[in-house]
Amino acid sequence: MKGEKDKGKYLQPKRSWKQEIQRNWALYVLIMPAFVLAIIFCYVPMGGLIMAFQNYKPWLGITGSEFVGMENFKQIFVFQESYQAIINTLIIAVSKIILGLIVPIVIALLLNEVSNVGLKKGIQTLVYLPHFLSWVTVAGMMRDVLGLDGIVNSAIQRLGMEPIFFLGEAGMYRQIIVLSDLWKGFGFGMIVYLAAISNIDQSLYEAAQMDGANRFQQTLHITLPGIAPMIIVMATLSLGNVLNAGFDQIYNTYSPLTYSTGDIIDTYVYRQSLINGQYSFGTAVGLFKSGISFMLTVIAYKLAYKFAGYRIF
Amino acid sequence: MRRVSFSRKIFVVINTIFLVSLALLCVLPLVNLLAISFSGKAAANSGIVTFWPVDPTILAYQKTLQNSNFVRSLEISFARTILGTLLSMFVITTAGYALSKDFRGRTPLMWFFVFTMLFGGGLIPSYMVNTSLGLKNNFLVYILPGAFSCYNLILIMNFFRSIPKALEEAALIDGASFFDVLLKIFLPLSKAGLATVALFTMVGHWNEWFTGILYMSDTKNYPLASFLQVIVVQGNQQDLALDPTSAAAMSERTIKASQIFIGVLPILLVYPFLQKYFVKGMIVGAVKE
Repeated sequence: MKGEKDKGKYLQPKRSWKQEIQRNWALYVLIMPAFVLAIIFCYVPMGGLIMAFQNYKPWLGITGSEFVGMENFKQIFVFQESYQAIINTLIIAVSKIILGLIVPIVIALLLNEVSNVGLKKGIQTLVYLPHFLSWVTVAGMMRDVLGLDGIVNSAIQRLGMEPIFFLGEAGMYRQIIVLSDLWKGFGFGMIVYLAAISNIDQSLYEAAQMDGANRFQQTLHITLPGIAPMIIVMATLSLGNVLNAGFDQIYNTYSPLTYSTGDIIDTYVYRQSLINGQYSFGTAVGLFKSGISFMLTVIAYKLAYKFAGYRIF
Repeated sequence: MRRVSFSRKIFVVINTIFLVSLALLCVLPLVNLLAISFSGKAAANSGIVTFWPVDPTILAYQKTLQNSNFVRSLEISFARTILGTLLSMFVITTAGYALSKDFRGRTPLMWFFVFTMLFGGGLIPSYMVNTSLGLKNNFLVYILPGAFSCYNLILIMNFFRSIPKALEEAALIDGASFFDVLLKIFLPLSKAGLATVALFTMVGHWNEWFTGILYMSDTKNYPLASFLQVIVVQGNQQDLALDPTSAAAMSERTIKASQIFIGVLPILLVYPFLQKYFVKGMIVGAVKE
């Protein structure tokens, strides 16, 4: 795998670009649709980031608006709301990353101990399902299930306690967000680990059994080390998500009651810019987020390559 | 047979009970919703419905499917899912095939595409660009900006790379063009990979709700996902709801539940196919040799 890049170099005679186009023109034609779409919808908007350094007014346009340098960025930490949104983002995203890493590994190891193939398949079928539901659907379900007349509150009332308006409690909001995200994603997160487990050489287990190792020891000394490279890849790649707290989920479940603990960078940007018309400030906050995420993702890919030989392409 | 110790037996029983409960926990909210959608008004409002309908009725579904706003949004959802998936598959299979070859422009082009995965203009600049292209209040906004996805491109490219080179070389020597090779060799051999990516793209389109909210001024142009966002999440019944007389006969809760469930139904229908492919597809596409 590592030698692939060098190998290609030697096999290909150095040609001029003119010869290259003549020979491989069909390949360039095939790439054209994707290339054009990427330019228009990915690269042109990057040019619009200049707004973050302006005091953009829609009637003056990008070319006519006043240039203010770093002014918008300075304000990010001055405003209580944007500062709080950054803190909330970090707390929610990091909690999601940690639980989203550990829980799928544990469940995959437990599922590996189920010897009945039908039962195992059945469990897998059910736990993958929530991943494919949209956050609008899940938010609708959460509003119903956790609502005052919902099934959770009717159980609570039957136990003789007061009903709780779960989605309106700022003190509970982050926990609800992190747990519902885990509910939706843990099953799908298991797939890579189950695949890694099935790739482990079965003769290792046979040898361990001969030596008298019990199932727990086998899990500890064969299965876990066997999936360690995958765990390292997933852990390092998740670094790029430190500022991704999940717009879809929060936007569809939060309310002014929970802004103090649940408003994140993405929802704040949306409200400030497209609702309140603060285009430049919203763009600056967005750029602050995507700039840091970009650096973290690059570092993550480098680490994943260094420790586990993982490459994007 | 190996001797099974007592502690192992206890572990197996507890483990099985735990995993089965966990699996049920993943679908019970959906079952609860389904039960509510088929329950009578009084039962649904009083919160006594658990996992089986009380006073069963299909009134909510009848009313929902008679609501012309709902049916229109359903049509828009189907249209964008089918057209969007076709366009997206065309764009990424052509590029994915070309990039599976080793040629001089490959590395710079790959970096050009991968960069779109790492960095972007973000919400407001994209909104401005799309608006200035005339995509506001235009159906094309559902399918054009999202048609190219670098992640899917890499998946498809890795599938194509796993096809033996000898097949292609033989065809090229016999005088076939790159286009022939793509159509007659690569596409038929990559059915599993293409199915995986197509199904994921379809689910993505079906579930996508933000574009409608952002770019359509008239709620009548919303796809179902945006429609549900307005009705279920914002709780705004004004523009899209039933006429007042039929609304009075119904529980708002059963109506919402039935609408959510109709929205989930297509996903449930393709789920068996999805599951058949995605495990294999994800692994082959993601893990390179």
